[in-house]
Amino acid sequence: MNNSVTTESIAPLASEKTPEKAKTSNVITEENSDAYTTVGQAFSENAKMSMRNVNVFYDEKQAIYDVNLDIGTNEVVAMIGPSGCGKSTFLRCLNRMNDTIDTCKVTGKFLLEDQDINDRKMDVVPLRARVGMVFQKPNPFPKSIYDNVAYGARIHGLADRKSDLDDIVETSLQKAGLWNEVKDRLQQPGTSLSGGQQQRLCIARTIAVSPEVILMDEPCSALDPIATARIEELIDELSQNYTIAIVTHSMQQAARVSHRTAYFHLGKLIEVNETEKVFTNPDHGLTEAYITGRFG
Amino acid sequence: MSMSMLFLVMLVGVAATFYFCRQRSLSLASELGGIRHLHSLPVFYGVQAALWCAIPCLLIFGLWVVFDDAIIRELTLQYLTEEQRSLSANELQLLLSTIESITTGSSTVNDPQLIAISQHIVDFRSVSNLALSITVVCSLVGLSFWAWFKLKPENKARSNVERCFMLFLLLCSTLAIFTTVGIVFSVIFESIRFFQIVPIQEFIFGTQWSPQLSIRADQVGSSGAFGAVPLFTGTLLISAIAMLVAVPTGLMTAIYLSEYASSRVRSVVKPILEILAGIPTVVYGFFAALTIAPMIKNGLHGLGLDIAFLGVSIGPLEVSGESALAAGLVMGVMIIPFVSSLSDDVINAVPQSLRDGAYGLGSTQSETIKKVIFPAALPGIVGAILLAVSRAIGETMIVVMAVGTAAKLTFNPLESVTTVTVQMTTLLIGDHEFDSAKTLAAFALGLVLFIITLGLNFIALNIVKKYREQYD
Repeated sequence: MNNSVTTESIAPLASEKTPEKAKTSNVITEENSDAYTTVGQAFSENAKMSMRNVNVFYDEKQAIYDVNLDIGTNEVVAMIGPSGCGKSTFLRCLNRMNDTIDTCKVTGKFLLEDQDINDRKMDVVPLRARVGMVFQKPNPFPKSIYDNVAYGARIHGLADRKSDLDDIVETSLQKAGLWNEVKDRLQQPGTSLSGGQQQRLCIARTIAVSPEVILMDEPCSALDPIATARIEELIDELSQNYTIAIVTHSMQQAARVSHRTAYFHLGKLIEVNETEKVFTNPDHGLTEAYITGRFG
Repeated sequence: MSMSMLFLVMLVGVAATFYFCRQRSLSLASELGGIRHLHSLPVFYGVQAALWCAIPCLLIFGLWVVFDDAIIRELTLQYLTEEQRSLSANELQLLLSTIESITTGSSTVNDPQLIAISQHIVDFRSVSNLALSITVVCSLVGLSFWAWFKLKPENKARSNVERCFMLFLLLCSTLAIFTTVGIVFSVIFESIRFFQIVPIQEFIFGTQWSPQLSIRADQVGSSGAFGAVPLFTGTLLISAIAMLVAVPTGLMTAIYLSEYASSRVRSVVKPILEILAGIPTVVYGFFAALTIAPMIKNGLHGLGLDIAFLGVSIGPLEVSGESALAAGLVMGVMIIPFVSSLSDDVINAVPQSLRDGAYGLGSTQSETIKKVIFPAALPGIVGAILLAVSRAIGETMIVVMAVGTAAKLTFNPLESVTTVTVQMTTLLIGDHEFDSAKTLAAFALGLVLFIITLGLNFIALNIVKKYREQYD
């Protein structure tokens, strides 16, 4: 990895502001003006992914305004904000999932290490193997548990022998904390599991292709508190080896699992800071309004 | 009073009832201080009263028309002589129709007894007509006044009208059910009569089909052969060819349209496919007989093969080389839109989340389709195919025009075969007594066909239903 080169090659557009100065801007209308600057620490010394000048349009409607953000290696970055603020759209840009939406147009630089993934020439298939995704609703394929996990490994040719594939399935399920629950019934359909187990199966499925980055789009919103707690533990464990970007509606969850938190508002990245700072002493008035429940 | 006149009177009476009862409810409302003091809007009181008049009158009218003729016939019988009454059923029927034709003046029979009877019939008819008119008009007037006097502000007119509407809808839906039941029973009873002449095991396992052989009634069953096996193999052969064409093409079309095609392409291709579905099957039949069959024949001829040649000249066109292949191919084309639109629905019903999941793991589009979408949609696709099969089995016109009626037990697609439905039409075309084995055989074939398609539809719908539950 060559992070220093990467960060230097892209000149940060927004200079970091001092918290005191930013905190004064507590008026929502100000954020509607086109020129704005993200407060806090949007950049990372050790960036795995670096996004610069990201703008996203659905037809004529702009959904994301000039976002700049780094996601550090083995870091968990949470993205929070009210509904419709563009956090999911932004996340889906990180592995080009927005390609499937015809009307969606994405501009800007998305560097994964030193490769621009938003380049039209970029092959999205290997990209998505490197940047995996876990979705809001558990979406196991209508196949057996084993085949669900083995799916990615099979299509990417990660295993030459059956025993290799067995290993991949076992380690992935172990990492996802599901192995003990399903090891005796690997041939049962993935849809027969409970919601929380299904979501961990989907995580195992993502891990099985050995991605470098895992994107999670509200992974717990369809789950009960116990299953949520289990997934949150899992995210914590996974952050040892993976870089994780997670979109969540739950501020408690963001506080529990993430290292840094990004607050989006009406398509703009308002503030990025250490999670603890965001939830105790945010730099920006809008962030404070959101986390104290004044709107959103 | 003529029937149409009476009907018009009823209509006017009902309309008047509606108007006056609505007016009455309005005047009652103004006494009480506004429409809001009524249980229902004035229009509901009007409709309720109109219904109270119309339904009994229509019932009387309908029953009268139904039983009218039977009663008059019974009354006529008493004027016949003893030996006339003891005639066989057919001859009695003949006599009665002679009398009937005298009443209309279209007969020149000069028997004074019959003329006297016909005069009696004319009298009965006029009495019956008058009685009907009086009954209907009286009940109409009586019911109108009754409805007018019974009208009270607290009447639940709105809910009564609602209930009538519900009953009307129920009546409409049961009509289809009763028709189905009627068809099933008529087919079953005629089939039973057929199986009394031809043993059921001979029908189901016999390999000879030549119903034309039975010329005289006493020869039926001994010389005519009613083995249905060649018909069913013929049907099977043509349906199989049709499915070989329709299933892959239809399925690929569906996959292309639902997964790959841009919305512009889809907006052009889908309507064209629907046009294909709207072409009358007889036109497909032309196409099969005049274009495809000669093409196959010539093509095979060029390859050094020769096929059954049944040269029939229609004007300048020489139609020949009837083969199961031609009919099967064209039938397959006919079924393509059926398979593709059903499969398209099924594929579209696969949740987007599954596609996202597959793409999110770095699958290409075709991998996603092969490994995720197709397996998920498979039960629905199987259901769609089974529905298409039952459609192919029931198809008649194309086969009539392109294959003919020679019942051969063969699986060679280049030979001429025949199908169950084609045989049924040929058995029933022309003048036949309805108790000959030949015509009754059509019902037996119909019964078997009905059971097969019913079974297929039942299985198909169950599969589709099961599949639906998986995601809902």
